[in-house]
Amino acid sequence: MQITVDMNLCESHGQCVFAAPEVFSFDDEDYLVYDAAPSDALLDKAEKAAAVCPARAITVTPAPSTTDDTTAAR
Amino acid sequence: MSTSLTPPRSIVIVGASLAGLRTAEALRTAGFAGSLTIVGDEPYLPYDRPPLSKDVLTAQDPAQFTALPLPDGLDARWQLGRPAVRLDPRARTVTLADGTRLPYDAVVIATGSTARTWPARRPPLPRGVFTLRGWQDAVALRAELAPGRKLAVIGAGFLGGEVAAAARARGLDVTLIESAAQPLERAVGTVAGGFVATMHREAGIDLRTHTTVSGFLATDDGRITGVRLSDHSELPVDAAVLALGAVPATGWLADSGLALEGGVHCDAYLRALLPDGTAVPGVVAAGDVTRVPHPLAGGAPVTLGHWTNAVEQAASAAHTLLHPDEPEPFSGIPSFWSDLHGARIRSVGLPGLADEARIAEHELVGERRLEVSYHKEGHLIGALTIGRTRRLAAYQRELQALGGAASPLAS
Repeated sequence: MQITVDMNLCESHGQCVFAAPEVFSFDDEDYLVYDAAPSDALLDKAEKAAAVCPARAITVTPAPSTTDDTTAAR
Repeated sequence: MSTSLTPPRSIVIVGASLAGLRTAEALRTAGFAGSLTIVGDEPYLPYDRPPLSKDVLTAQDPAQFTALPLPDGLDARWQLGRPAVRLDPRARTVTLADGTRLPYDAVVIATGSTARTWPARRPPLPRGVFTLRGWQDAVALRAELAPGRKLAVIGAGFLGGEVAAAARARGLDVTLIESAAQPLERAVGTVAGGFVATMHREAGIDLRTHTTVSGFLATDDGRITGVRLSDHSELPVDAAVLALGAVPATGWLADSGLALEGGVHCDAYLRALLPDGTAVPGVVAAGDVTRVPHPLAGGAPVTLGHWTNAVEQAASAAHTLLHPDEPEPFSGIPSFWSDLHGARIRSVGLPGLADEARIAEHELVGERRLEVSYHKEGHLIGALTIGRTRRLAAYQRELQALGGAASPLAS
């Protein structure tokens, strides 16, 4: 899974940190830091974090399924 | 009418704002394939309200801040600009202002709240006195905010404080009038309230506490010229904003038979209740309009006008509708935010119920920082930070552990 946060939108509400503390946290200056490629086991939590972000700054992209034939493109 | 616990095939959502939209989204995401109708009293698709008292009042291009994108696959029939005027839970119909009757298997009450207005009906309020709840309100108020004009904001709660800060940023002379000893006193106590009072005053806002407004002064043709204060002084102003709090929008439910005192009474599953406490078949509610027992309040009902509350209750209400045999109690930890004079106020829990506030950090000079935890009978019940959001997560976790089972969204 891939996570991106638009830091121009992020207002440090903290909702994502509450929903998925394994992925999101704050540094000493209240700037969001996050794991951009967390384990797929955290997908539900990451999607909840995106849903509760008041700034709609979080995008979660699930990993392509293993049957996806794009792997043949290389 | 079937009384068996089968999921509904047609759902009407009354309220086209955050709670209504998120309920619709949750229903579709969970696989609901029946008909979905969303009724809204305003002529707009759902938009985000928190920016109405912030960027919408100050930014060059206000519309971009309230965009609330519609998810793919919502497949809803929109009934916009057509307020609901009646709910008949026995016939299972919602009636709109134009007489249209919408039958339903299940209905979601998500009509939010309205701004509390001036108590006295006579004389009528002069022109130039505003309330702020919807997009049109914000556009009208924004047009008044020209530099050098004089604005009175009546009520220094979150909304009043944000409007005062926005107007001050636009270069107005702002007087902020509050009946209590401090802004936000009932919501977050005297320490945090006093902190906010200092921020307002340092920004150049004339904050008058222990003060109420007894009347308005107006020209012969009815345009405001001033407000009369409880100390008998008269304050000349060009416009005034009433920020006196919100009232759950339950007027359209008056003859529905539902229990409505202080909001739509719900059980822990967001099912609307009759006055005798029994759940009404096929009726759930979500968002500002609800009054729901909360574990943090010892099971007492609370009404919360918070953005996150609308989002989390929407998920719970959708779950209750689709899984009537195994509903899950709502127990999302409340949280709210406010942005004032460049400072980020963030809070979790129910600080308003506390009997004790403990100060962990209080720094007003330079980098403003505040960390307060709130306790009731010795137990943590909430926390608030300014410029210290990172400290909130630990409080939130502790509250969640105290609050028992997690809500569908907060798990």
